[in-house]
Amino acid sequence: MESLNSLLDGTVVSTCLFYLFATFTLVCAALVVANPFSRNPVTSAMFLVLAIISMAGLFLLLHAFFLAAVQILVYAGAVIVLFLFVIMLLEIKEELRRRINLFGLFAGILSVGLIVRLFLACLHQSPVTSAANPSIEGDTASLGKLLFTQFVLPFELVSVLLLVAMVGVIYLSSKDSKSRISASSSGTEPGVGKESSAVSQSPNTSTAASTQTKH
Amino acid sequence: MNVGLEQFLTVSFLLFALGLLGVIMRRNLLVIYMSLELMLNAANLALVSFSRFNNKLDGQVVVFFIITVAAAEVAVGLALIVALFRKRPTAHVEDLATLKL
Repeated sequence: MESLNSLLDGTVVSTCLFYLFATFTLVCAALVVANPFSRNPVTSAMFLVLAIISMAGLFLLLHAFFLAAVQILVYAGAVIVLFLFVIMLLEIKEELRRRINLFGLFAGILSVGLIVRLFLACLHQSPVTSAANPSIEGDTASLGKLLFTQFVLPFELVSVLLLVAMVGVIYLSSKDSKSRISASSSGTEPGVGKESSAVSQSPNTSTAASTQTKH
Repeated sequence: MNVGLEQFLTVSFLLFALGLLGVIMRRNLLVIYMSLELMLNAANLALVSFSRFNNKLDGQVVVFFIITVAAAEVAVGLALIVALFRKRPTAHVEDLATLKL
């Protein structure tokens, strides 16, 4: 622990590590958003893993040891696996190149550039208050103490939120709710016979595909 | 040259801008969702660096809650995408432009 702290606070080493991790995070994030070599969502997910892991390195440099571990466990371990699982389940083909909407491209780049400009102007013109020598340690014991004293109500509410999310996901992905929705939609809309038959045909084939992948 | 709060905040802003660019410009539903995660992570980085350089641990507790909520949000969102895909097998947002499926 002592050696780790001395490594993190040694000015030259920590500065080099900061620039290394920051560059790696930004490059991987750029490759998530726009990869010139591949349009496959799996590639984006893999670069998202790399960006998240190097961001855990940035958390380590900020002495947030517990959050770095949680970041790797939850994001790289659970969220990305969920993403990859859905990508494989949906069997999305490589994205076809479509005509780029020039107005959308221009508007997107313009708005993002203005937002970056606003952020940097805020950063440079308002005084950033920071302690003279930061000495806080985000280890598990101090964070847990705070979590079970001052933040105990939000902590319990988050557990309720997880329960609600779990029930919601189970309801959304169960077969019963799907057939009920399609039955009610076809029952109340008699005028769209051709469309609804085409729509009700597609769920059957996709469920057949999903049950095949499950087995 | 010492690394201070401003450097960390700059990284966080650039990361947020990259995520926003992905949300605006990409048309694949799943990639848009990943860019959303990038924006959440940028906010997390800003909160942790504020917490470190102001000697208060509250920011890290908030980040802990954000990570939990983000995990729940990803689960619900991906379930919605799967349910949508069953109705209409495409992941391209321009094919999902109608209100009625």
